[in-house]
Amino acid sequence: MWFPRLASDRVLRARPVDGPFALTLKADNTERIYCLNRAAERVGLSRGMSFADARAFCPDLISQPARPDLDAPFLAVLRRWATRYCPWVGYEGADGLVLDVTGAVHLFGGEPGMLADMHARCARAGLELRLGLGETRGAAWARAHFGNPHSPLTELPVAALRIEDRMVTALQRLGLRRIGDLATAVRAPLARRFGPELMLRLDQALGHVSEPISPEGEPPHYATRMSLPEPIGLTEDVMGVTARLLIPLCDKLKAQEMGARRLCLTLRRVDQGRQQVELRLAAPMHDPNRILPLFVRGVGEVAAGFGIDQIRIEATLVEPLPAQQIGSRHSSPDQLNDLITRIGTRIGLENVQRFLPADSHIPERAFSIAPAAYSTPERGWSVRRSRPLCLFPPESISASGSQPPAQFRWRRMRLTTGRATGPERIAPEWWLPDDKWRSGVRDYWKVDTREGRRLWLFYTPQNPGWFVQGEFT
Amino acid sequence: MRVALHTLFPLRPARVHEVCGAGALGFAAIAARGPVLWIREAWLSDTLTPQGLLPLFDPSQLLLARPKDQMDALAVAEEALKDGALPYVVLEITRPLDLREGRRVQLAAKAGGTTGVCIIPENMGSNASETRWRATPVFEPERQDSTLMRWETIKNKSGTLGVWHVRWNQQTSRLDVVSPVGERPGSSGTSG
Repeated sequence: MWFPRLASDRVLRARPVDGPFALTLKADNTERIYCLNRAAERVGLSRGMSFADARAFCPDLISQPARPDLDAPFLAVLRRWATRYCPWVGYEGADGLVLDVTGAVHLFGGEPGMLADMHARCARAGLELRLGLGETRGAAWARAHFGNPHSPLTELPVAALRIEDRMVTALQRLGLRRIGDLATAVRAPLARRFGPELMLRLDQALGHVSEPISPEGEPPHYATRMSLPEPIGLTEDVMGVTARLLIPLCDKLKAQEMGARRLCLTLRRVDQGRQQVELRLAAPMHDPNRILPLFVRGVGEVAAGFGIDQIRIEATLVEPLPAQQIGSRHSSPDQLNDLITRIGTRIGLENVQRFLPADSHIPERAFSIAPAAYSTPERGWSVRRSRPLCLFPPESISASGSQPPAQFRWRRMRLTTGRATGPERIAPEWWLPDDKWRSGVRDYWKVDTREGRRLWLFYTPQNPGWFVQGEFT
Repeated sequence: MRVALHTLFPLRPARVHEVCGAGALGFAAIAARGPVLWIREAWLSDTLTPQGLLPLFDPSQLLLARPKDQMDALAVAEEALKDGALPYVVLEITRPLDLREGRRVQLAAKAGGTTGVCIIPENMGSNASETRWRATPVFEPERQDSTLMRWETIKNKSGTLGVWHVRWNQQTSRLDVVSPVGERPGSSGTSG
């Protein structure tokens, strides 16, 4: 099955256009036509034409930028649809599908019936379709692109062999225009001149060399749902249904050694309103008994209205979770992860954090803060000099000179320096822009005040000024 | 009669204790043993530093929760205390707890067998707390790396009050109780 106008058909399905229509793609700094509809072709436009030329040919051309990233999922949808004809469906390039219909044809009333059905369904869907049927994958491709489903293979041009344009031109110069000419020619000189690829493609088309179809597997789908004969409204009932839905979902996850990281519970009400409860887990999980209590908070907030008649649960994000040996050693991290998840549902999973060491001599960059759910604790902390327990944004104090002041006021307190230890000079990291360090190098002093507090002061010699930045134990 | 510090410290488990004063952070870090959840509201601009914690406590054992306001902070604290997955929970509060809130965290700590330390601003204690401490750093002229602190119990539900001068011993990772300056032999200074 070849969809010659897959990209433009996809766009036109959503927004039909009567006149000429083209999709443009920027390549080599020029807008070029990527795909166009039949009306546009009729007025003389073609693929690869520059968009400016196309506008000159056809002033009423309607255009849109092409989105190849959306075309691929669309083809995946078509692939899934095509499994209605046979179970073996694979991709053929970016705009085609290849089906192994052996043994499935009689279900649709023979080959003509099946092809007619394909044409009819695609036409209804607004897709242009070209079909080729052959004993081999190569023959089917050739017929789809260069003939009709039943044209004899030997009559088709050599370009139908899936070979490069350069090779096609060279073959035509030799007078070998049709596949039939090529098949009857002496093979050895051709192979010597064009390499093994030409002969391989010819043999594949004629069936001397096999070419398997690799069907795409269905991507696993982790979702279950339940429709209820009578609407329910009590929290316990909803939790009961959720518990029953979780069991098959978790069985499926377990069978594939996956764990859910994010779950989405969709509750459909009688009035067709939908409410979603999202649960983000601190660690991948596939144990229904542990997941269920984590839903309690989210389900409690749902407004049931006149009742809920359908519940669907989907694991929207899964991660591999291999089976683990059960032991006392593993029970503690599980409990901790459950706690992080429960706290995360309240304040956001990224607000449960932990410190990680970072490689910098700037005090506020000597550690990084990472979400605990997405990091593991690291050891390897080292301090060469004592650092304050608590850091705050620098607070200016009035003092002058490069030696710590004997007396100063800080946070409305009059403090007397008892002993000053320092200076420790720290230079800014010039390779990272940081506004706070614009004032240049800093001389840090640890000042033990007679009042008791042990403060971390710094002096900026390049922009004279004193600041308090931290406090020791 | 002087009360020995070891009757009150380590803090009584499965209870919530309160600490105020300039040395409250150090008190909480010294009191904490094992994995800790440290709850601190997200808008507070000063940060705890792992390098500063390192002499007192292993920072890789620390989890930090940053709730947006005190309501969330209390909810997180209650959840963590009740769960018992972490033996220690430190909560920093910015407005006084009423009796109901104080009682709820106390009950949660009892249910989970978890010890809680609540860092409070001066005079914002709740009646439900087990003990209330005031920790203040003390100047010590002799030692350069001094960590001398004055710890005082200002409330104790099940015992008497006391005052101690303590110093953190980094080599042995333990707390040394020292006599106040005025009571030391050969000292002429005043009591800190």
